[in-house]
Order: sequence, then C-alpha cells, then structure tokens
Amino acid sequence: MHWLVEPGFWSNPVVGPALILGAVVAAVSAAVGVVVVVRGQSFAGHALTDVAMAGGAGASLVGATPLVGFLLAGIVGGASIEAAGAERVRDRDVATGVVLGGAAGLTALLLYFVSSSTSATGSTQSVLFGSVFTVSPSVVPLGVAVAAATLATLFGVRRPLLLSSLSPELAAARGVRPRVVSLVFVVVLAASVALSALVIGAILSTALLVGPASAALRVSRGLVGATVGAIVAGVAAVELGIVASYDSFYWSAAHRSVPVSACVVAVVLVEVAASAGWSRWRRGRG
Amino acid sequence: MFEPFMVNAWLAGTLVAVVSGAVGLFVVERHRAFAAHAIPNGAFAGAAGATLVGASSLLGLVVFAVAAALGVAALGRRRNDVVTALALVTMLALGAAFLAASGAYEPAIDALLFGEVLGVSRGEVVALALLVVGAGAVLVLVFRPLLYASLSEEVAAARGVAVRALDATFLVLVAITAALAVPVVGALLTFALTVGPPAAARTLARGPGRALALAAALSLACVWAAIASAYLSGWPIGFFVGAYAAVEYVAARAASAWREGRARP
Repeated sequence: MHWLVEPGFWSNPVVGPALILGAVVAAVSAAVGVVVVVRGQSFAGHALTDVAMAGGAGASLVGATPLVGFLLAGIVGGASIEAAGAERVRDRDVATGVVLGGAAGLTALLLYFVSSSTSATGSTQSVLFGSVFTVSPSVVPLGVAVAAATLATLFGVRRPLLLSSLSPELAAARGVRPRVVSLVFVVVLAASVALSALVIGAILSTALLVGPASAALRVSRGLVGATVGAIVAGVAAVELGIVASYDSFYWSAAHRSVPVSACVVAVVLVEVAASAGWSRWRRGRG
Repeated sequence: MFEPFMVNAWLAGTLVAVVSGAVGLFVVERHRAFAAHAIPNGAFAGAAGATLVGASSLLGLVVFAVAAALGVAALGRRRNDVVTALALVTMLALGAAFLAASGAYEPAIDALLFGEVLGVSRGEVVALALLVVGAGAVLVLVFRPLLYASLSEEVAAARGVAVRALDATFLVLVAITAALAVPVVGALLTFALTVGPPAAARTLARGPGRALALAAALSLACVWAAIASAYLSGWPIGFFVGAYAAVEYVAARAASAWREGRARP
C-alpha cells in the first residue's frame, strides 16, 4: 500500500475514526441523496446544514452535546420548511429560503454570544468547514446509532416515499398521505444532514448528499441500483479524499495539506463528470 | 444613531436594500432562491482566493460570482438544483483550499459571512451607488421580457424572446449585486434580503409594478429596522435582517390567508 498512502497513515490516531465515521456518513448521505435528487430537494438539503449550524452554536452556548443541537435544529428547521411550503410545490424554494435566512441570522447571533462569553475562536470555521480529522472518537457510537436509525426509517418508508415522489396522483389514489410522507422524509433528511454537517462540515454534507446520488442516477436505470451505486461512490469519495488530504502534506515543500473538504469535493466532481460523459456516450451509441 | 460613523452604514444599507428588493422579486418569481444563495456564498471563495494571489478582494468576488452565475446558467437547464448545489460546494471547497494555503485569519471570514456594515468606507458607498444605477438600468431594459419569461417560459420562447440569454443576464445581475453587497452586509444577509421581503411583496401585491415597489419598500424597512436594532442592542446586524425578513414573509402569508378566508363566504 506504500504507493498509495504516505508513511504513518495507519498508525495516526485521528485517521481511524475519520475513515469509519466518514464512510458511515457518506453511505447515509448517498442513500438519502437519491431521494433528494429525485424529489428535487437539493436546496432544502443544503439549507438544513446551515439550520443545523444554528443548533450547533446554541449547543456550544449552553454546553450541550453538539450533535444533539445539530439534530434538534435540523428537525425543527425541516419541519418548518415543510409546514411553510407544503401548499404549493412551486413555492417550496421560497419557504426554504426564508427559513434559511432566519436560521443564518440566528447563527450569527448565537456565535456572537459564544465568542463574547467564552472568547473561543475558530467556531465559525469549524462549523462551516468542519474537518473529519477533528472529530473526537467519542462521537462514533452516537453517530453510528443516528445513521442506523436514519437508514432504517428511510428503508421503512421507501415505497410510499418513492411513489409519492414519482407520481403524487397515483400515490393519493393508493391511499398514501403525501404530507405525512413529506414530513417523515424531511425529518430523515434533517437527521442525515445534521449528522454529516457535524462530522464532515457543511460543504461536504451537501457535496455527499447531491454528488454521488446524481452521478449514480445518471448511470443506473433502477432506483435500487442507483442507491447502491451512490453509496459506493460516496464512500469511495470520502476515503480517497481523506487519503489524498493526508498525503498532500508530503507533496509540497511547505508541508501545507490540502483540506479534506477540497479533496473529497474534487473526487465527487470527477464522479459526476464521468457519469455525465458515460451517459452521453451511451446515448450517442443507442 | 446618526453619528458620522453611522452615515456610511445607513447609505450602504439603503442602497443594498433597494437593489436586493428589486432583483429579489425576480429571484422569487423565477424560483431561483437556491442560485441566489449559492452565488454570494461562492463569491466568498473568490475573496479568499484574491487574498492568496494578492489581488483586490472585490475583483475576486466579481470573477467568482459571475463565473458561478454563468456556470449555473449554462449547465442547469434541467435539474438546476443539482447543478447549483455542485457549483456551490465546488466554490466553497476552493475557498477552504485558498484559506488553508494563505492562512487568512478568522475575523476576516466572519466579516464576509455575516457582514461588517460599520466598516463601510465612502468609496464602497460610491461603488454601491454606481451598482444601483447600473443594475436599475439593466432591470428597466429587461423588465418586460424577464417578467414574460418568468411567467411562462414556453410562451416567451415561442414569441421569440431569447430565454437562455435572458436567464444568463438575470443570473449575472444577481452575481454583480452579490459581489458588491457581500463585503458590506455579508453573504448570509445578502441572501436573506433577496428572498424574504420580495416573497412577502409577491404574496400581497397584485400586478408586477406594485410588487416591485412593495418589495423595495419592505426590503428598506427590513434593513433600516435592522440597522437601528443592531445599533441599540449591540447584537450582530445579520440576526436582525434574517429575523425581520422571516417575520415579513410570515406576516404576509398570514394576511393573505386571512383575506382569502374573508373573500370566501
């Protein structure tokens, strides 16, 4: 493996939790992301990272566990997006935007309180750009539990969810209640996004939600295949990105490593471009 | 509240409010809220990149914002939410890489994200005033075709309106607004202003002319109230802008629901 990873990779204490949590988060994000892309809810998926940040800032203000703050704020934000925008699908982006603007303002206020009460610096950057290398190993059990619950719920509601996403009329005729289904999904989305925003930061949260899923949906025909493909692509992007970020320390003479977020996003973009090229080539032949 | 050091803040806030309200009406009408969020945030990466190469941060903001707008316009015909999300994360990741490489310090980032309205210089006020004139002129020129295309893209295209060029023009307008507003009021505040007050105006007003006037008025009210509240409380202005914009929207929705309820016997 020496051709791939630079020395000290496996013995480094931060690498193990980073690889495990990164893979877990990537898998959940990719599975949820397939539904997000099909339903056209990327904006909500991104907005919830910023909403969850408000919870993270609030939690650090009162001294609670950050993950709890992220989850609570994400779920409240998701439910209010759904409540404000459910009447007309066309107005969903406006409702999302209003909730996002309000949450961003709240984050500004809470971070102001945090920085004036504790003189702690770096909170903005760690919340926005969050690095998987700074995750404490104690988050691993709780994070894995949240991820498992999210995936289990998604699996449980998959049929009514996909039916109401692809054909609302048919779903209604079969007795599916679209608002209940939307609400359950937005809670699943909020939990997934809150977890990933905490573990890997807001940038990667959105990248891993949308990127692997849209790439897999281009290549695969069925939704099951797309979900499996998205999970594989997402996990690969995180693991390759972590290795590249670690290795990049040795690439330049100045020993400044490239951030994990930039490395993972680069891998995701390659996957998206490859899938676009593949589907164009296949269409050209067929 | 109107001391000399506050004058530039009031002027800059007023100018940003007017232009955000007007451009924001079309953001809401065209369902481009995600792009309006992604472009200012992406522009922030440009500022970080500019500090790395030693260029002016305004230049970095303009280049990145316009590049993002053109990218979304060119690639995002269908599935524009996915393309917008990918453009956003690409620019933020570039910003993270630039910051890691240049070692810029955090208060500068906070100012770009949350705004530093008290730090506005007279030069920036003049630049903003020029922007308002320029954006206003462009809006007047494209107002009718843009409105037409926003209401029904197919009909507009059939009547010979260059829909794609119009979309790109509109997004570049959003980008230039963002690039000049971000250093003054912050990326998050820029976005809150372009969605909340215009959405409230669109809910309440009948007819595009009235909606435009009401959007600008609500946006002004939001910014003025926010500057006054921030001055009196000492809390960050971004909080008040986000909160007041949300309150305006919720109040407008409640008022229109009440009106509809009364109209129906």
